[in-house]
Amino acid sequence: MDVLVIGAGMVGAACAYYCAAAGLRVAVLDRGPVAAGTTSGGEGNILVSDKEPSAELDLALLSVGKWVELGEQVGADRLELQHKGGVVVARTAEAATGLATLAKEQREHGITAVDLTPAELRDLEPNLTRDTAAGAFYPQDMQVQPMLAAAELLRQARDRGASLHTDTEVLGFRTGADGRLTGVRTGNGDFAAGWVINAAGSWGGEIAALAGAPVPVLPRRGFILVTEPLPVAVRHKVYSADYVANVASGDAGLETSVVVEGTAAGTVLIGASRERVGFDRAVSLPVLRALAGHAIDLFPFLAEVGLLRSYLGFRPYCPDHLPVIGPDPRVVGLVHACGHEGAGIGLSVGTGHLIAQSITGATPDLDLHPFRPDRFAEEAA
Amino acid sequence: MSYRFSFADKEIAAEAGQTVGAALIAAGYRSWRTTRHNGAPRGIFCGIGVCFDCLVTVNGRANQRACLTEVRSGDRVEPQEGAGRADLAQ
Repeated sequence: MDVLVIGAGMVGAACAYYCAAAGLRVAVLDRGPVAAGTTSGGEGNILVSDKEPSAELDLALLSVGKWVELGEQVGADRLELQHKGGVVVARTAEAATGLATLAKEQREHGITAVDLTPAELRDLEPNLTRDTAAGAFYPQDMQVQPMLAAAELLRQARDRGASLHTDTEVLGFRTGADGRLTGVRTGNGDFAAGWVINAAGSWGGEIAALAGAPVPVLPRRGFILVTEPLPVAVRHKVYSADYVANVASGDAGLETSVVVEGTAAGTVLIGASRERVGFDRAVSLPVLRALAGHAIDLFPFLAEVGLLRSYLGFRPYCPDHLPVIGPDPRVVGLVHACGHEGAGIGLSVGTGHLIAQSITGATPDLDLHPFRPDRFAEEAA
Repeated sequence: MSYRFSFADKEIAAEAGQTVGAALIAAGYRSWRTTRHNGAPRGIFCGIGVCFDCLVTVNGRANQRACLTEVRSGDRVEPQEGAGRADLAQ
């Protein structure tokens, strides 16, 4: 085997797909079923709009291009990939100024961002509150069904020779005399390979520690509300301008900012809260109440819509809000693809593409330096 | 049969404490909504509020689970087509 991928979620599936497509022999290992961890708690965001000019935005742009390609290759329907565009809403004059500044910087960085007046906002989203100051439209923003997309990319990888091993928990790493990784030990026996990719999502920190090359990936809990199925009443991915500020925050306390979107099934998803409470899965009614309140504030018709359920997920979060991508110089043979926080679904395909380039010795399309796994030790030193 | 309510403009009798779904079944109905995509008929499936198959519009409010909604005298119950919220479609 050339490559072992730890994690059968969206990022692991993307790594497996691009490595298999590059001709590598790939095995994917997961302690549970496909897309049952970090991926299952996600919303399916593919966003450029919420990112300030940065290495992360470069990765988002690369990923958007890869999603468009995948949609054409395997069929957008098989991924529930929708080119719906994002609409950001500023409710106050202050937020409008901040949004206009961000949109201008993003345009200079190659993003399509269209400034909107309140009247133009209403044209794009007729059910939106009338109480707005300004907005911005981002046609590159997309949505995908994360579990469907992970399963489809794994299917595509298997068509290219990859194997999938669920219920196979990695218990340790095997190392050669020269210190290079030679494989992993699992509950289902040993697997040998020259490269091991850590795509364990919110548990990426644990896998990294097991390999002796720690990365500080921490879980950040987020709740999502699911409404009853409706006709198309929310056309785009719509969120309030303060979402960007919350994403960038490192505060451990609860933060909520509203993100509202319809799905192919007709339900409307309402996110997104963020709080650092470890892997606590207890339902928090105050958080659900806050999300519902924010959503009704943005789309008043939601006050008369019922909720079917809520769900939660753990976003794999690094202190500097950048993912960890690329070979680890501390343990030769170990490659990280984790720590994407709430953006992992969107960034997965760009990540998988870069990992495959890196492993095959090609020059990656993006400089991986900002994502290097050993940057945290440097900062601590 | 102390309660009376209307279903699709017909008067139906119900016991106090009975759900809309139970009263409709007792009155001989087996389905009262159609699915969103194929217009297929649906009525009680799980009967305990989990499957959302028995949706019905009660007093103008769509998506009420017939199996959980206690009937009250004078209720106006209507079959539901699709999502029952055609008012939101733009």
